[in-house]
Amino acid sequence: MSLTSRHLLGLHGVPKEDIVKILDSAVSFKEVLDRPIKKVPTLQGKTIVNLFFESSTRTRISFELAQRRLSADIVNFAASTSSLSKGETFKDTARNIEAMKIDMVVVRHQSAGAPHFLSRIVDANIINAGDGRHEHPTQALLDIFTLREKFETLEGLHICIVGDILHSRVALSNIYGLKAMGVNVSVCGPATMIPREIEKLGVDVYHHIDDVIPKVDALNVLRIQLERQEGGLFPSLREYHNYFGVTRDRLDRADKPITILHPGPINRDVELSADVADSEHSVILQQVLNGVAVRMAVLYLLSQSKP
Amino acid sequence: MKPTILKNTHIIDPLQNLDKKADILIENGKITKIATQIQQTKDKTVVDLKGAVVAPGFIDMHVHLREPGYEHKATIATELASAVAGGFVGVACMPNTNPAIDDGSIVCYIKDQSEKTLNGLIDVYPIAAVTVNRDGKQITEMAELSEAGVVGFSDDGNPVGNAHIMRIALEYSKMFNKPIIQHAEEKSLTHDGVMNEGFVSTTLGLPGIPTIAEALMIQRDIMLTVYCGGKYHVAHLSTKLGLELIREAKRNGLPVTCEVTPHHFTLTEEEVRSFDTNTKMHPPLRTQEDVDAMKEGLSDGAIDVIATDHAPHSYDEKQVEYLYAPFGIVGLETAIGLSVSELVKPGVLTLAQMIEKFTVNPRRILNLPQATIKAGENACLTIFNPEEEWTVDIQRLKSKSKNSPFHGRKLFGKPVGVINNGRIMIG
Repeated sequence: MSLTSRHLLGLHGVPKEDIVKILDSAVSFKEVLDRPIKKVPTLQGKTIVNLFFESSTRTRISFELAQRRLSADIVNFAASTSSLSKGETFKDTARNIEAMKIDMVVVRHQSAGAPHFLSRIVDANIINAGDGRHEHPTQALLDIFTLREKFETLEGLHICIVGDILHSRVALSNIYGLKAMGVNVSVCGPATMIPREIEKLGVDVYHHIDDVIPKVDALNVLRIQLERQEGGLFPSLREYHNYFGVTRDRLDRADKPITILHPGPINRDVELSADVADSEHSVILQQVLNGVAVRMAVLYLLSQSKP
Repeated sequence: MKPTILKNTHIIDPLQNLDKKADILIENGKITKIATQIQQTKDKTVVDLKGAVVAPGFIDMHVHLREPGYEHKATIATELASAVAGGFVGVACMPNTNPAIDDGSIVCYIKDQSEKTLNGLIDVYPIAAVTVNRDGKQITEMAELSEAGVVGFSDDGNPVGNAHIMRIALEYSKMFNKPIIQHAEEKSLTHDGVMNEGFVSTTLGLPGIPTIAEALMIQRDIMLTVYCGGKYHVAHLSTKLGLELIREAKRNGLPVTCEVTPHHFTLTEEEVRSFDTNTKMHPPLRTQEDVDAMKEGLSDGAIDVIATDHAPHSYDEKQVEYLYAPFGIVGLETAIGLSVSELVKPGVLTLAQMIEKFTVNPRRILNLPQATIKAGENACLTIFNPEEEWTVDIQRLKSKSKNSPFHGRKLFGKPVGVINNGRIMIG
């Protein structure tokens, strides 16, 4: 069993069948995580490099755990400890690492397209762990997996992504993946944080969160990055919370419970109020567990692909 | 150069409204005879052009030679070889060298180096900076620079962002009748943008450069030109919005002109989907609507000039992440091919109109003597074969840098050679 592509660069253009394959495999791998011995020999003898040019804690840990659970050998490379500070280029770094006979590379980078560039210069399978504000495909896959667990079927659900859509790689990957699965997707955020012509991706755009809450089954609430306020895209965290914060009051006005997702880390009482984050309708911690299973599935399926 | 007969030529000279098949005799660098048949004699070299077009020598008024300062990208010698291969007899070079062309001594250096290259076959016309060190604060010594031989002023790569400085530049340069060539970009709207802002930038997660950043600056400059005069030329126009402003200004009789690059009338932002850094340039590739507008502007005369914005960058500089790659591509050697393929073949321009945009109009804007094809005139000629089909191979480019998005593209229209300053280079 393998996927259409030997890399996971993004969810743009990935066929539904591939997404379903990943989700189905992740179900099996999640069972592994419930065993007393949480390890399988699937990737024994494979070497994976985690190439992180941008700081990350949870994505890197999640990938690392997934790799360990699959018995892969792993090497971690973080930009701060690397030769990049000595002026080595991305390309030289990548080719040097590959010269050590690497099978797969998980890459996070500030520049959109860096994983695509990498896939042209090295032979290993490439997995995008976040490129600039472009894509973060494994995050979207774990979101979709979590939604499928919760709702059983995805077709016909309505999900709204809330927050800074302009700077979010999570939003784009979610849109591509959810649309492929037949989900109805909306986005909601301040007008300065909605990228131009996004409606052409087939999403509805909202600027008032109270208008969209009654229509949806789940909200995927994005983290507000504090530096965006310094960039002047919104006036204050206070105003953001008052107009876009997902609070108990707002959710109570809907006539059904609304599932809450968040890619983490949460700014409590900014984009999400504490009581919502900890409520029974929040699946935030399931997302974290599912992230390991989904990444195991992606690593396994890509390792099966023909070079 | 020995006396030479160019046999079987197709002369097209828009200045004289001339379009005919003939032989041309050149002696001592001058055209001495044009006739249907010129008798061959032993003392004359004969070149059979097999029907190729012979036109007044082409000028590229927007070239980055990179010397002095960035010789790892290109040198005057390598890029003049590229100009010859592209069918140009002259180039105007932009001042974003290091040091910038903001001082007479650098003008002299460039002229000296150019004259030493290819025995002075190519004319090099330096463009000086508008402001000292191109930093937008204080205008350069324009009088002295004019005397040293610059043909215009530009901070290209940067806009002249401050309206007061632009006003001063337009007013001061009036005394020498030299154009201010503006890189039209309102920087406060472009931030860290790397491609056109719109649907494609949204789907790629790349920071965008809105079309209005160009149009706003053009609008401001046109108002300044109305207010205080001067000659205003817009470099590398890329947007329909900007074009409409220029068309309107021309209708009002203002001394406003503009140029477009071959890549801006050929490619759209869709190319960026590959994340190939050779699709990254300033201004960025725009939408199909903008490309169509560029063609319309060329056709109705709102766009005066085709210029390449030839911008060599070394292989390593472009082999980086998209966000960090420098802006720009090489263009000299693909300009004729793209113009014939995209403009002449589909009927946007006639060959004569295309030729006008490569020689008559840039020479007029830069106050250069016109080249014309008649007995008694200096032989200043561009020869190309509009029917020849060829495939762009970046490894075969003469430019020191190979940063072209057109590798592998099939083009109609191949440069055959140039004749200028008593020198001939054919084949």
